[in-house]
Amino acid sequence: MSAVAPILEVRGIRIRRGGEDVLNLPHLAVAPGETLSLIGPNGAGKSTLLLGLSGIEQPCAGELLFRGERVPAGAAALAYRRRVAMVFQEPLLFDTTVFGNVAAGLKLRSLPQAEIARRATESLDRFKVRHLADRSARTLSGGEAQRVSLARALAVAPEILLLDEPFAALDPPAREELLEDLAHTLHATGTTTVFATHDRTEAQRIADRVAVLDCGRLRQIGTAEDVLRRPVDSFVAAFVGVENLLPVRLMASGAGGAFAAVLGAGGALEGGTTTGCVFFEIGGAAPGMLLGSEGLLCIRPEDVLVAAPGDRRGSSLNQLQGTVASVVAQGPFLKVSIDCGMRIVAAVSGHVARAISVEPGSAVTIALRPADLYVIPRG
Amino acid sequence: MELIWQGIREAFGLIFGFDAEVWRISLLSLRISGTATFISLFLGVSAGTALALTRFPGRRLLVSLVNTGMGLPPVVVGLFVSISLWRNGPLGVLGLLYTPTAMIIAQSVIATPIVTGISLAAIQQLPPKLRLQILALGATRWQMVRLLLREARLPLLAAVMAGFGGVISEVGASIMVGGNIKGSTRVLTTATVMETGRGNFDIAIALSVILLLLTFAVNYLLTRIQQAERPR
Repeated sequence: MSAVAPILEVRGIRIRRGGEDVLNLPHLAVAPGETLSLIGPNGAGKSTLLLGLSGIEQPCAGELLFRGERVPAGAAALAYRRRVAMVFQEPLLFDTTVFGNVAAGLKLRSLPQAEIARRATESLDRFKVRHLADRSARTLSGGEAQRVSLARALAVAPEILLLDEPFAALDPPAREELLEDLAHTLHATGTTTVFATHDRTEAQRIADRVAVLDCGRLRQIGTAEDVLRRPVDSFVAAFVGVENLLPVRLMASGAGGAFAAVLGAGGALEGGTTTGCVFFEIGGAAPGMLLGSEGLLCIRPEDVLVAAPGDRRGSSLNQLQGTVASVVAQGPFLKVSIDCGMRIVAAVSGHVARAISVEPGSAVTIALRPADLYVIPRG
Repeated sequence: MELIWQGIREAFGLIFGFDAEVWRISLLSLRISGTATFISLFLGVSAGTALALTRFPGRRLLVSLVNTGMGLPPVVVGLFVSISLWRNGPLGVLGLLYTPTAMIIAQSVIATPIVTGISLAAIQQLPPKLRLQILALGATRWQMVRLLLREARLPLLAAVMAGFGGVISEVGASIMVGGNIKGSTRVLTTATVMETGRGNFDIAIALSVILLLLTFAVNYLLTRIQQAERPR
């Protein structure tokens, strides 16, 4: 993170429900204009953190700082709450017109009518729902309703926007379109945003940084590239889509590079010879890991290059011969499970699959770029 | 059957013949039950909203009591209000027994649990996160309550109709605390009971028809308000 003073800072916040800690966050800082994505499974504490950041839910310990000033508790937090807006997974529109909804936050601030009309119209325009202004909110589709909900939140020109999985209930085309418009709006307005989602691709699309939460605790925070490529542990790795976690031992480097030996795996090397041990040249390992220590090698399915048998791609070190064990269609890709002395899952596009005939039983070569391989501590 | 038709003809005769006594008891019925409904609306909506939005020990017991109160027998209310207002009772010094005010008090006691119970259900049936969404838009606590009540306006108007329907039609408490005194506390229900007792079925039917028409008119008006101004 840059050295800019944070607009929002959490210090030792704990939120308890039913006698249990649902959020325990020693520290979190959000820079002005930054978009921070919170990712994590259901029940990770994402919504609770957003409610804590909104000033609505009071923590039992710790403090929230806005521009370096402590946010007070209770009714005194109103001034802070009016600088923040939040959008939930459900649109939660009022039973009135679309315009009435978008103007709601402005009316609560007792702004002059002309100002309300101007700002509401501007926000309706921004989210392309001005033509719906006179419609009843009850008659909107899911996508339209969520657009209105976002327009309502941004109409008050918040300094901080909190988004609690706002696209989770939308169909893929509506989600794509709205994500695009939201990204554009956030860029244009420079609004600091904290965006909770369980979809890492959404997080990747609009976030400057990604924070992974689990069981109310922060597991990792960093750029999307950091979190996706260099997860701190197996939980984060699995959550961010690292489907191949191979037990390895870190080995001494031979010529400047780092190497990992896959434990308990024999492999069929390029050329058809078998070996009792498989080595991979890797891009790096988690800080603090010593040579000789055991860890887990992270390989993302989309980083596994699948080619026809005997097809040579660069260094032979990270190439293995294998047999396709299973093929499962998953969205635009085929998820191909390959047996090459160990089981490796690869994401293959339909085009490649047709070109090299990827089907159960067929022989393939897999290749891995060292830069895509990262070792994390075991356990 | 002939008796009923005769009663209906009599009713229209009394209404359009501008029978002074019938008009007086009709207007008194409306005034007493209308006032009691307003009082119960104020007390019931406030209590229902508070019960819906707060959590405290004993809340469930209180909600159960409110729900029980929705079926409070008017004669029981009449009995306890009579005892309270009796000359030697705790509020006897006010001298309210056998006055329209006593009837308003009794009818308010009957209608308040009805309005409270329906208001509580009306607020609770709103999406649970709506309260958070309103606060997240920068509302104060009072603004939040106002917006929640606005969102629940349809069932709240149903609460008004149920409260009014409960008190305009009750007779037990009115007769016990009002005494059915001609020119003072005689209302449509007590007059109907009296005329039936005397064997004047045609007048009793006429009064019943007027009571039904009055109830319909008030509910029609409330329904118009309830269904109006909803955007298409």
